[in-house]
Amino acid sequence: MKTNIKNSCLNLKGLKSGDEVYFSGIIYTARDQAHKRLVDDIGKGKKAPFDIEGSVVYYCGPTKATKVRVIGSCGPTTSSRMDLFTPILLKKGLRAMIGKGRRSREVVKAIRKYKAVYFLAPAGCGALVSKCVKKAEPVAYSDLGPEQILRLEVENLPLIVAIDRNGRSIYG
Amino acid sequence: MKIINAGKITKVVADLCIKANCFLRPDVLAKIKSACKKETQKKPKKALELIIKNAKIAASEKIAICQDTGLPIVFIEIGQDVKIAGDLKKAIEAGILQGYKSGNFRESIVRDPLMRSRPSYRGAVIHTEIVKGSRIKVTLMPKGFGCENKSFLKMFLPTAGVKEIKEFVIESVKSAGPDACPPYVVGVGIGGGAEYASLLAKKALLKRGLSPREASGIVTDLERDLLNRINKLKIGPMGLGGKFTCLSVNIETYPTHIAGLPVAVNISCHALRSATKIL
Repeated sequence: MKTNIKNSCLNLKGLKSGDEVYFSGIIYTARDQAHKRLVDDIGKGKKAPFDIEGSVVYYCGPTKATKVRVIGSCGPTTSSRMDLFTPILLKKGLRAMIGKGRRSREVVKAIRKYKAVYFLAPAGCGALVSKCVKKAEPVAYSDLGPEQILRLEVENLPLIVAIDRNGRSIYG
Repeated sequence: MKIINAGKITKVVADLCIKANCFLRPDVLAKIKSACKKETQKKPKKALELIIKNAKIAASEKIAICQDTGLPIVFIEIGQDVKIAGDLKKAIEAGILQGYKSGNFRESIVRDPLMRSRPSYRGAVIHTEIVKGSRIKVTLMPKGFGCENKSFLKMFLPTAGVKEIKEFVIESVKSAGPDACPPYVVGVGIGGGAEYASLLAKKALLKRGLSPREASGIVTDLERDLLNRINKLKIGPMGLGGKFTCLSVNIETYPTHIAGLPVAVNISCHALRSATKIL
């Protein structure tokens, strides 16, 4: 199945693991240290720097933007390193995640519980993915350098549904 | 005695940073293209096509192949008849700084592994070797950490055999699974001490050609057999299955102690990057 989804009306209901989709909309980059901070902040009752409810997070730390490029190479990083933090974000309403590789049992369980989706982006294809990014704005944690949170506007980002809202995974 | 200015080494290292990060090694690209041709399943074939397309975009636009521009690892062979005028370590570090800055690569290095302060370009691993002759050979390998995290070392009993080594290598790849950007190139170091086996495993990734060498022998047979067996795991690009989990298995060996048999595995993602220059 090939479908186009926009997260202004993010409807994940029809998606099944293995489906290929093209995604257009807003995603937030966050990887290791940003996850640690987000979850720390949530634990302390602080407000997250972006509205996690309904959002899509992309596990990515890009190379630098230039005068002619809004973002550098920006493929996905290994998702499992975020597993420890993910269930907490899902509980806060995180709608979807984009990354590469397997997830822990706890994450799969949380995905099913909160009806979220985990997508794979083309792994090791950062130059190609950069072509789908139309706009990139810093949101928070600029002191983390490449690990800061960016708000990306993407168009036709090629994804594969790895774990659907019922917890079915392409990795079995 | 031949004299080489440290400044020249800075320039060479800076150029190698761009070359390695933006232009996929021709031997690696050839392997991926051949895999793409042979793959019959739709999804893994498409994933391989994207990898080829990505390499094309990176080269034509001089953008990094992968956002993880790696931990810069420098292998430098210095001929014993060469004198370097200036500070070699500083020259290499300056070259990396220049190259990574001009390439707009990612600042992926934390100065202190425990404090994890703001990442920068400062900090490269440098392996120096004194060799015969009057040349300097510089190789830069930007090693991504998605795959570096899947490295293993095992100290076998000296009575262990090839069978145990095979199982260990296959288990290592299984444990990496789809997480570290397959199809992989698997470097294996056998022998030396613990640190040297690890270095050999990494150096094995530098072998050009990446095809089982023609001459047969225990090492070549081992490489070939491991390649076949790893591909039977059917992990495939992005974990989508198919014929290609591994592009090549490269083994380096070295003498070791009668009491042991160190074996190290260093996995590379499909974006195996390195560039070399001889001065």
